[in-house]
Amino acid sequence: MLVEFRSVSFAYPESAERRARPFALSELSFEIAPGEIVGVIGPNSSGKTTLIRLLTRLLEPAAGEIRLEGAPIRQLTRTDLARRVGVVPQGTLAQVPFNVGDLVLMGRYPHGPGRYFESPRDRTSARAAMEATGVLDLADLPLDRLSGGERQRAVIARALAQEPRLLVLDEPTAYLDLRYQVEVAALLRRLNRERGMAILLVSHDLNLAAEVCDRLLLLAGGRTAATGAPEVVLDESLLASVFGCELIVDKSEATRRPIVRPTWRV
Amino acid sequence: MLGVLSAALLLVAAAALFVGSASISPRAVLNAVAGRAAPESVERVVTLSIRLPRIAVAALAGGALAVAGVAFQALTRNPLAEPSVLGVTSGAAFGVVVGQSFGLGPTFLQAAGLTAFAFAGALLAAGAVYLIAAVGRGLSVQTLLLAGVIVGIFFSSAITVVISLLDFNRLGGVIHWLLGNLTPIPPGALGLFALFAVVGFWLVVSHARELNLMALGEETALLLGVGAERLKLTIFVGAALLTASVVAFTGPIGFVGLIVPHALRMLLGSDNRLLVPASLVGGGIFLLLADTVARNVVAPAELSVGVITSLCGAPFFVYLLRTRYRANL
Repeated sequence: MLVEFRSVSFAYPESAERRARPFALSELSFEIAPGEIVGVIGPNSSGKTTLIRLLTRLLEPAAGEIRLEGAPIRQLTRTDLARRVGVVPQGTLAQVPFNVGDLVLMGRYPHGPGRYFESPRDRTSARAAMEATGVLDLADLPLDRLSGGERQRAVIARALAQEPRLLVLDEPTAYLDLRYQVEVAALLRRLNRERGMAILLVSHDLNLAAEVCDRLLLLAGGRTAATGAPEVVLDESLLASVFGCELIVDKSEATRRPIVRPTWRV
Repeated sequence: MLGVLSAALLLVAAAALFVGSASISPRAVLNAVAGRAAPESVERVVTLSIRLPRIAVAALAGGALAVAGVAFQALTRNPLAEPSVLGVTSGAAFGVVVGQSFGLGPTFLQAAGLTAFAFAGALLAAGAVYLIAAVGRGLSVQTLLLAGVIVGIFFSSAITVVISLLDFNRLGGVIHWLLGNLTPIPPGALGLFALFAVVGFWLVVSHARELNLMALGEETALLLGVGAERLKLTIFVGAALLTASVVAFTGPIGFVGLIVPHALRMLLGSDNRLLVPASLVGGGIFLLLADTVARNVVAPAELSVGVITSLCGAPFFVYLLRTRYRANL
């Protein structure tokens, strides 16, 4: 297995939030196989982002163990982890005074942290990452001149330049309009198909997750509510009880994947 | 580009040898440099014992302050951060005044002691600014500037208290030093200054690539494998050491760390791997020019170089605040 969560629990420090809900994640167990696309879905505060922060060791679990390629992640150094897991964080990229090429080359840091300048091998890898995400022509453009979709592809290219075994994306389409959402979904599928890259996609967008993922993990209140193929997890009554609203699940005519539509009645 | 800047530094340094309040002909200066002047002659003493050490101090102090500016800007991800704006210079100055009140002076060992006092003051001020500004989310432009102002005022007041307790004979020297002066210092102390500056520069430049990654945000830098906590501590210590050594050997000189990095960013971009070494050289050029103006503009009297840098820096700061970073306020 590429990733294994074994009975992982996590609680945030003492706060009003914690008193209301002691554990952000409780007894969570799941796996990601090499080459698999797994989606994590669930309502607000269900533990989706906490899961990513645990996997990337920004947080340490209170109980349980997380393994990456068989090794407990707490035994890996930060650079070891960054060579295996590339993360596209939530939100827009902070205002940074670099161009696209500079940003993507930063993804090569874990492959030579002692180097002052990147090696020719680093440049080749960054170029390949920009080609794969379609931003090679934008390499010399400052990041603040890009559209939202271009910027997101540049950030994905930076994560790809890490040459990770697992690409983790936290709400990758949150700030994008429909066209760019479709673009990002197509890119993820292509990366998975052509490179065999495993992907962990955390998203509020159930239809994006249904369209892109092989398997879904539905979280509710920090616990696993359901896991399995999108057709299994995206069940009308299950989703209605987890999200607390009425909704309809159809099938896409084009892809035969589930499509979730709210009825707009609470 | 670094080559061009280094050549410019040599050129400015060479030109500064020929300019001063003592009227010595260029031929006499050349004779002194070539060792053809009599040992006790005015041209030899002025050129080799006054102007040359002063040029070395100016180049070192300017370089150190500019690198400290780049380091604080990268560390706080705030383009207006700079040792004097952050109150770090005032903290170091307080340390020096305390050291001077114990009778420490410019000899080798005493200069080391003064630098230790300055370093402690700089760390105290920088730590206080960080703690005040880090309340809430991140280090915003305005909270960091306000924290710098508060800490600067506090240490300036503390300096006034110490000065009030000093005996009258020592007061004149301290006040002259507080204006920021590049008076020649003995060779041993100059060597010590160079050593501190080199250590501080090395701590910053050897982490220049990581500082680029920190521009993406601390969490993203961690995800890319940067040990952010250790990096912050290293840069913090390096920048404080650079500031402290300048303050101990020349007095508080403001705004070099703001003017030089911004000018160089316009030429070179924001890659710290180029910006840090370029700032070392560019800072030297800037302070040498400022000192040459300070020595000559009201000759035979002299202005303090700190007055010149502040006269240039304050309007530059206002310009940056009102144009480039208005949106961040």
